Amino acid sequence: MLSLFKKTLTTGIVTEKCKAPKDDELEALGITIKRRIDKKFSGSIAIRAVDAGSCNGCELEIHALNNPFYDIERFGIHFVASPRHADVLLVTGPVSRHMQTALLRTYEATPNPKWVVAVGDCAVCGGEFGQSYACCGAVSNVIPVDVTISGCPPTPLALMKGLLGLLDR
Amino acid sequence: MNWTTIFLTQHVGWIDPEMPDKPIGDYIGGVAHHSPLNNVAVWQIEDKHWQQFAITAVAENLRWVAGWAEQANEQFIVNASFEKNGVYMVLRTAINASKPELPSQATVYPAANRSERHTQDMFGIHFIGHPDNRRWTRHQAWDKHQYPLRKDFPVQGEPAEITPPDMHYDFVKGYGAGVYEIPVGPVHAGIIEPGHFRFQAVGELILNLEERLGYVHKGIEKIAEGRTPESLARLAGRISGDTTVGHCWAACMAMEQAAGVEIPSRAAFIRGILAERERIANHLGDMGAICNDVAFTFAQMQFTRLRELWLRTHASVFGHRLLMDVIIPTGVSRDVSEQSCELLKKDSVMLRKELADIMTAIDLNSSLEDRLYTAGYLSPDIAAAFGTVGYVGRASGQNFDVRRDATYPPYDQVTFKVALEDQGDIASRFWVRHKEINASLKLIEQFIQLLPEGEISTPWTTPTIDSEGLGIVDGFRGEIISYVRFDTDNKIARFYPRDPSIVNWPVLEKLVLNNIVPDFPVCNKSLNGSYSGNDL
Repeated sequence: MLSLFKKTLTTGIVTEKCKAPKDDELEALGITIKRRIDKKFSGSIAIRAVDAGSCNGCELEIHALNNPFYDIERFGIHFVASPRHADVLLVTGPVSRHMQTALLRTYEATPNPKWVVAVGDCAVCGGEFGQSYACCGAVSNVIPVDVTISGCPPTPLALMKGLLGLLDR
Repeated sequence: MNWTTIFLTQHVGWIDPEMPDKPIGDYIGGVAHHSPLNNVAVWQIEDKHWQQFAITAVAENLRWVAGWAEQANEQFIVNASFEKNGVYMVLRTAINASKPELPSQATVYPAANRSERHTQDMFGIHFIGHPDNRRWTRHQAWDKHQYPLRKDFPVQGEPAEITPPDMHYDFVKGYGAGVYEIPVGPVHAGIIEPGHFRFQAVGELILNLEERLGYVHKGIEKIAEGRTPESLARLAGRISGDTTVGHCWAACMAMEQAAGVEIPSRAAFIRGILAERERIANHLGDMGAICNDVAFTFAQMQFTRLRELWLRTHASVFGHRLLMDVIIPTGVSRDVSEQSCELLKKDSVMLRKELADIMTAIDLNSSLEDRLYTAGYLSPDIAAAFGTVGYVGRASGQNFDVRRDATYPPYDQVTFKVALEDQGDIASRFWVRHKEINASLKLIEQFIQLLPEGEISTPWTTPTIDSEGLGIVDGFRGEIISYVRFDTDNKIARFYPRDPSIVNWPVLEKLVLNNIVPDFPVCNKSLNGSYSGNDL
């Protein structure tokens, strides 16, 4: 047990400062609705991540948001286990047709007001997979999308900026 | 002597009936002019012997590796790959497209089960005597009598506006007093890929588990057709995001074989560094996640911290946190400078030191031992019967590693130890990963030390039509097989990647038995199958 405490103490706090995104950065992320969201969610958002056919690359980087360097919970952003608890759906992947109904139902199960963030190139525009007999392409082909965060996959920093853009600044 | 020689002398009766007067030796790997694949033997047999071959093969302890099919005019070409002692072979047969059926090998090899069902769904080939002929990859996105990988199926298909959910899959039922069913997924509670698990339980005890995957089927095999080599490499790098290096390497290796391109030695060493760094990054993530699933947050935080540091070095040295698109056909796209080598070396020293601290703290933690030891037990017998590969196999005594047993550059120029455990429980799969990290660190150091000077890529030669290649590499999950056949004009005619998850997923159904439902997440994480790599 002592070695555990020792390691914790010697590691210290590695969490990094993260500046709130500037206006031009927000524009690049396609966020034009931030003021509206500020009022609705009062500085805290609950996220339900939905993998709709991703290669798992985006999930790895979404996971990284919870590591001690980014520690996204300090901004009041946390991931929840059910869409019924969520304000925001974080959707990845080129929406495989086998996941289409599941995504629609998850969207319906999320209470209003709700926002959809499409994460990664696949979710934003279909990416490497595009539209086919097996994929619907962009998430916006299936449910309304409010914010897009591109990248293959987007870095945790890009994700963080995109999500902070949804919050009160 | 090579087992293929012995095998052929004993069982030559039905190999290649069309050319009976050719000497046996001509059909054995190494004799390039008779084998369309220059690294493995290809044996063409009559379709009626398909199952008979499997019966003989299993008696000779051959491991069933992969199965895939292809349409060629009025015929379907069906392939199955086998391995023994690190020597691979491909069994091939042609069947008539008007009545496509073939005796099933799944009756003999459980590993062939889902693969044959995939082929059945994608090509409409009926496997006679298959123990379970329910659909597998097909849900409701295309009709029962349509087969996406046939040539007459357009890549866009005819999808409905909204694809209905897959409601009527015939799950195994449990009966009896107190037996109840738990359906889980496709959308899971965590940030993980989608798939469905159906449990039958009594109290907390799992009586049976059935996996229903296919939710992230993206038509990778279909959209690969007609791509250029560069474009296929990009696609291969996105079969499973965590194995981007592994899949990309396997696909490039297959394409390079087909084109007869030999990559520069420096490129091979850089690929080796990439693959081992990917292995370490994923093992760190998995070890943290296993601890997290038994609520040991200290380890989760420490491992995710180390993983983050590791990925940041990826970004600074190779320009991408997950190392996507660094491997290209003909070599690699980024060189490593002297300075980068120093950074990589320092990184290895750092990780070794950090891990020593953390593993000591973990090893002394009895609450972790309580949860991980004896849980999720996979016996060596079952692991062998299912042809389990990678850390799942190696934690259950399956002493096989492509890097050592069917070696390829740069692994042929270094020495390393393959991690092995035989307890078969979650703790074994945890410790095997730790051992593999240490082995990989040593490998990276050797690669940097031996890194030859020279080019990092070589010119591409357009392969002739029907050139084939079979890439076999060891990804972080284990053996990856990648089959490529070229069309005219440098275009891909057929691409089939076999992720290690395809053979490892079925054993999850076995290793959870007699565990309690709350231990399923940690059992699942200890296997960490790729949904995307499985569903294609």
